[in-house]
Amino acid sequence: MSDKSTITSLKKTALQLRRNLLEMIGIGKVGHLGGSSSLAEIVAALYFHKMKVNRNDPKDGNRDRFLLSKGHAVLIQYAALAELGYFPKSEFAQVKTLAGALQGHPDMKTPGIEAVTGSLGQGLSVGVGMALALRLDKKPNRVYVIMGDGELSEGQLWEAAMSAWKFKVDNLTGIVDCNKLQATGPTREIFEIPDIEKKWKAFGWNVIKINGHKMEEIVAALDKAEKVRGVPTVIIANTVKGKGFSFAEGKAAFHNGSLTEEQFKQAQADLDAMAAAIEKEAAKKPAAKKPADKKAVNAKPAAKKQAGPAAKKPVAAKPAIKKPSGAKPAVKKPAAKKKG
Amino acid sequence: MLINLNTKSLREAYGLSLVELGKKDKNVVALEADLGNSTRSVLFKAEFPDRHFEMGIAEQNMASTSAGLALAGKIPFMSTFAVFASGRAFDQLRNSICIPKLKVRVCGSSAGLSDFGDGKTHQSVEDAAIMRALPNMTVLAPADAVEVVKMMEHINEIDGPVYIRINRNDLPAVTPESEDWTPGKLWTLRDGNDAVVFANGVMVSKALEAAETLSGEGISVKVLNASTIKPMNASAVIEAAAGAKGIVTAEEGNIVGGFGSAILEALRTESRGPVEFVGIQDSFGVSAKNYDEILEKYGLTAAAIAQAVRKVVK
Repeated sequence: MSDKSTITSLKKTALQLRRNLLEMIGIGKVGHLGGSSSLAEIVAALYFHKMKVNRNDPKDGNRDRFLLSKGHAVLIQYAALAELGYFPKSEFAQVKTLAGALQGHPDMKTPGIEAVTGSLGQGLSVGVGMALALRLDKKPNRVYVIMGDGELSEGQLWEAAMSAWKFKVDNLTGIVDCNKLQATGPTREIFEIPDIEKKWKAFGWNVIKINGHKMEEIVAALDKAEKVRGVPTVIIANTVKGKGFSFAEGKAAFHNGSLTEEQFKQAQADLDAMAAAIEKEAAKKPAAKKPADKKAVNAKPAAKKQAGPAAKKPVAAKPAIKKPSGAKPAVKKPAAKKKG
Repeated sequence: MLINLNTKSLREAYGLSLVELGKKDKNVVALEADLGNSTRSVLFKAEFPDRHFEMGIAEQNMASTSAGLALAGKIPFMSTFAVFASGRAFDQLRNSICIPKLKVRVCGSSAGLSDFGDGKTHQSVEDAAIMRALPNMTVLAPADAVEVVKMMEHINEIDGPVYIRINRNDLPAVTPESEDWTPGKLWTLRDGNDAVVFANGVMVSKALEAAETLSGEGISVKVLNASTIKPMNASAVIEAAAGAKGIVTAEEGNIVGGFGSAILEALRTESRGPVEFVGIQDSFGVSAKNYDEILEKYGLTAAAIAQAVRKVVK
């Protein structure tokens, strides 16, 4: 399913989400550009590929659930929900105003928003509750919870991690957006949390590490996660805060900053360059040996194993898709940006 | 009533009622934070093990998990001590549950000073005030086991989150079995025209005792159980207070921002006589050897209510 055209199409969707994001942020308005753009590829892969969603009914009983525990990045979710047609893009201009409907953090009056999040650390618990309910109702649907790396300092999140393991909610996938910056600086300086991967493993989770901007890796990880039985899976996504906006990449100032007119123009130019790079990549003839439509390949083979308490349990993480372990997807970096 | 109660224990009545609700609706689920033997949600666990979630000593996670269950169509009852439900999990109740107005039922057990032995860390003097400050939250404080059952029978009619404050001890029966309960109901338990006492929880029986004493002194006291702290039935409060020379409120909690305040808010536009608050005078609790001893220490007694009435009718 992750053939080249799907991947290209998802990359274009991620680009469109960034364009929507830019439209919402505009000039001179304060908004969470950084932590929203680091999620563009992941959100695109979820809403437009992996999740069961009904474009005509945001409350379809057979939908998968998307929870943005790092609720401050809600603009990227709005970008996706508008693309799904849940509300008109005309709402973008009035985001976070009394005249508009779109709130500064996820609010359930917005079609497609599944829970109130934003007071950090709560989304995973909500996700566990949803996963338990879906299981009680014998529904096959999955719950996806996106957390921030800065958010991992919230204690409740680890309560939730423990309970997800206890209740064996394998219908839940957590995704940590590791963009390495938080509101007031680098996460390493503010509240360093070493060995994130080991921590999740110690809490009994199946862990997959990916580059959160490589669509092939995202799609492969999501595919893999849903095949794991008996334990929840977390995808640790290495990302760049402000990704796609050259002046904002890796800058804490754009956690919740505003754009000058000049920066806005630069942002448009950056996104145009990204579009060109995607086209160029798509036009490349199928690479030398294999047609590039093989499944993406990057997820660490180790990700299949459980660690910690889970390892003792009779919970066989079903060996997910077999990966031909060499073949690197022949994808070039989208238009290189200057460092942050 | 659905349940043939032969107990005066409010928490037993809660657990039994929870089982009844579970029988009626398979979407009812229960969550517990390692206090199920106390809250009596353990009764639900015995009956419906698949729908009972032992969340461990992690109240915050329990609250937000309840939200997730509600969002996916379940009717969660989360039970723990009142002090932890309202304090430890406050932000989760606020954001995960109250903002989206989810049908989550929060049982604040061992409320007030009723966990007399465990002392101030486990006694809740502020839970009613905290819970009623939350938009969308309904706050109930039943007076006896019968009222618990009646409330639980109708709790599903309440839209949005509900906090129900449950006493740890057996309390005297004051609720007329023949009368139905609906949210906002004010039970007139004794009529009188000199003063009116609004009470709930353990203080209802104390108020009735005070009224009896005062009748011997020629003071006629109306006693009401105003067990729906929020939304306060303002028109019923106004009607009940009309014509009284004075008003007394009696609560097992801090008088700052609690039940007495709620009664006064309802009466704020009315001309009326003086008002006295019987309750905890802005302090935390303490360990005591029994319930009566601690109620006495904080002035939560029939004598204190009688004294307050004498003052306001003077």
